[in-house]
Amino acid sequence: MEITLNGTPRDVPDGLTAAALLDHLEMSGQRLAMEVNGEIVPRSEHARHTVNPGDRVEIVRAIGGG
Amino acid sequence: MSDTDRPNDGLVIAGQTYHSRLLVGTGKYRDLDETRAAVEASGAEIITVAIRRTNIGQNPDEPNLLDVLPADRYTYLPNTAGCYNAQDAIRTCRLARELLDGHKLVKLEVLGDEKTLYPDVVQTLEAAEILVADGFDVMVYTSDDPILAKRLEELGCVAVMPLAAPIGSGLGIQNRYNILEIVENASVPILVDAGVGTASDAAIAMELGCDGVLMNTAIAAAKNPVLMAGAMKKAIEAGREAFLAGRMPRRRYASASSPVEGTFF
Repeated sequence: MEITLNGTPRDVPDGLTAAALLDHLEMSGQRLAMEVNGEIVPRSEHARHTVNPGDRVEIVRAIGGG
Repeated sequence: MSDTDRPNDGLVIAGQTYHSRLLVGTGKYRDLDETRAAVEASGAEIITVAIRRTNIGQNPDEPNLLDVLPADRYTYLPNTAGCYNAQDAIRTCRLARELLDGHKLVKLEVLGDEKTLYPDVVQTLEAAEILVADGFDVMVYTSDDPILAKRLEELGCVAVMPLAAPIGSGLGIQNRYNILEIVENASVPILVDAGVGTASDAAIAMELGCDGVLMNTAIAAAKNPVLMAGAMKKAIEAGREAFLAGRMPRRRYASASSPVEGTFF
């Protein structure tokens, strides 16, 4: 299925949970936050939340800034 | 005498006491090693971080800012830099809270213009009200307008942070009477945020009675950032002590330092 990941279209396996998507992206265990269609998906929900085709997924982290 | 020698002179923000009155940003450094070295030399306990998209596909073993500057040593202050409306700023703060496990302390800045990076105070007020209601401890970046600073305090912001000059300009405090007016009227900490260029600018802010100074570029863009970080630490402490000591009154004419009586010539 195709989702929009951090602003870019991307093909990912169908029916992934948020946790499985992070695993697929080799990002499990990193300090990050996820938003799907403008709503935050809390870490406690990652294993339950299913990502759907066309979803807009944002994955953010903390970087240097003033 | 340093701040740590005066246990009663801590900076209290949202019920938390800090010994350092210098807050630093973590942007614009050459690499994470330089960031860490400069932050350590500054003695800062509160450090700002930005929230940005993850680089998908980057090496997962690449060092992370939060590992280099760990949470057990520093209080993170996620900022809303780059936001030009209240909605984006609120969204950024909520993502930061999720990212940092329920962390409540945020730096709110809503910009109005790319050339000056001046705050959009209307959007800032709107965002501040919503964030405070949502349980955030808001340290707010604003212009040096005394009325607006008071309004932000009344909205429930835990600290108000007027600019000295435009972000990254290094021009120093442009309107010290406004800063003084804000400080004298405040019942929350007032920190100068943005526009400091060198150590004397930081000392002036503290001599005016500011509770602290937040800076990034003045350290990161120095030729030797680590040396400048140490200079800023001393300037903040010197300025604070001068403020507490109370400066002598200004006089128009001279006043001899040696006794005028007892001269033998």
